[in-house]
Amino acid sequence: MSATAVQARPSSTTSADPTPRRPKGRGLGLVAWLAGIVFFLPIAWMALTSFHSESDAATNPPSFAAPLTLDGYREFFGAGGGASPWPSLINSTVASLASTLLVLILALPAAYALSIRPVKKWTDVLFFFLSTKMLPVVAGLLPIYLFAKNTGMLDNIWLLVILYTSMNLPIAVWMMQSFLSEVPVAIIEAAQIDGAKLPTILTRVVAPIALPGIAATSLICFIFSWNELLFARVLTGVVAETAPVFLTGFITSQGLFLAKVCAASLVVSLPVLAAGFAAQDKLVQGLSLGAVK
Amino acid sequence: MTATTTAPVAAPSVHTQKRQPSGRMRAWATRAPLLPALIFMIAVTQLPFVATLVISFFDWNSLYPDARSFTGFGNYTEVLTDAALRKSVWTTILLTVGVVLTSLVLGLGLALLLDRKFRGRGLVRTLLIAPFLVVPVAAALLWKHVLYNPEYGLLNGLLHYVGGPQPDWISNTPLLAIEASLVWQWTPFMMLILLAGLQSRDHQQIEAARVDGASGWQIFRYLTLPHLRRYLELGALLGSIYIVQNFDAVFTITSGGLGTANLPYTVYQTFYQAHENGLASAAGVLVVIGSIIIATFALRVVSSLFREEVGRA
Repeated sequence: MSATAVQARPSSTTSADPTPRRPKGRGLGLVAWLAGIVFFLPIAWMALTSFHSESDAATNPPSFAAPLTLDGYREFFGAGGGASPWPSLINSTVASLASTLLVLILALPAAYALSIRPVKKWTDVLFFFLSTKMLPVVAGLLPIYLFAKNTGMLDNIWLLVILYTSMNLPIAVWMMQSFLSEVPVAIIEAAQIDGAKLPTILTRVVAPIALPGIAATSLICFIFSWNELLFARVLTGVVAETAPVFLTGFITSQGLFLAKVCAASLVVSLPVLAAGFAAQDKLVQGLSLGAVK
Repeated sequence: MTATTTAPVAAPSVHTQKRQPSGRMRAWATRAPLLPALIFMIAVTQLPFVATLVISFFDWNSLYPDARSFTGFGNYTEVLTDAALRKSVWTTILLTVGVVLTSLVLGLGLALLLDRKFRGRGLVRTLLIAPFLVVPVAAALLWKHVLYNPEYGLLNGLLHYVGGPQPDWISNTPLLAIEASLVWQWTPFMMLILLAGLQSRDHQQIEAARVDGASGWQIFRYLTLPHLRRYLELGALLGSIYIVQNFDAVFTITSGGLGTANLPYTVYQTFYQAHENGLASAAGVLVVIGSIIIATFALRVVSSLFREEVGRA
């Protein structure tokens, strides 16, 4: 888990090229392309349908070459007199950004205490964080709901910020622990000799070196917060509803509304798609809680 | 390479220096950065669960708050004897096992395909990851309305071209319909984990086996698969933990109807619509027990991978 484990990896993958040079290689490449297209097809179709008129979107057989229009997006953003999605999009942005920031503030010092200056029994602490991630949401949902109801915190976006922070903190601690262990200890020792205190060390020495890892961690926390439905569904109402809760308004059919549904799904998914592709290389490390690099 | 191998020799000595016996003040100073995160996690995740545990022993409907009374294990016997709840346990198992196994097999196939070099490999990888990056509710809406719609959904539209039948997917096979949408989202996850596993193989060993005349199948069966075993376990366990808890797809595609209500959905419905707090808590505790069983295995796998990393240093 120290510098060696991480640095030794790339050299072993680049030194020997695993690709067998056999004629069937080309055929399998084609199969891979086909699989990629099949998996992407629903998303491509969603994007195309979102630019069709409602009547063109609801034909059988499907009309691939129908004229393009922005009506689906206009409808989604409330042109037809429906509720505007903007408050929910803003709520989701606030909840995701604020909880990600809070996660970073809590996780960075914790990861420091678990990697650079490890406390005693640091692996036990690390596994405690992991075990909380395995506690299902329904385990605490009711008491949290009752607590929120009695303290007037229902329909309050900051309650979601706290809950999303607890949801993402274990992932962040695990990821950052593995990123921080790549920071050379000698640099930190030098800073300490120069009289730097912990906050200075974290912000001026550790953070710049671990920046790519911290960025990937933030993106993954952002994705999980943005996607969350169960807490938001139970704990928010008209004021603090998030984008996924807004989307649940499309569960029951409303006549011809496919273009609108596609536009809505695409708009709400865009931040996640962007964040996910930005964090692509570190995605698997985050999702496997740092177990796989 | 020489630069990297010299580094680890220096690192441990620095670490041991820091573990020298020090005063109580020093010990707290090292612990201090950890405490905010630790206290936060205990307060927000452990306390509510303790409260759930306590509530699960009470007969408590929030519509009749005065009639609250202690029932011991009454709620648990009611949960375990209630036909609908028992069915939801079974549904949860079917859903989780079906989705995890299918996406694991598909993910393995895709990972093997992507492990070889071909033109546009990066783009194909991106195309394959995309389903995982659609917001779960949006993905469920996409499958429910845009793909499954019996009159003008894409699936029946494509079937129309080949003169196939026009089934009503969700009504005919509700659970399979949910499973298919989840498999679509989770296959990329399995693929990413298994691809990381494939890329951490010892390629010199494989090269040596090939020189010795081992066939592609033999290399896969006796070298690749044993190496991938723990990555397969990790994918299965993490996938199980996420899918046991699935709420979004069940809520969106069938709203728990047509016999697809899984435990999280049932817990949600029991307290949010039926206001049976005690019953919901007992069911919640049962979900936790199920998760703990899976999690124990998951933690073991993660810790063995983790110890290997630490041991390598």
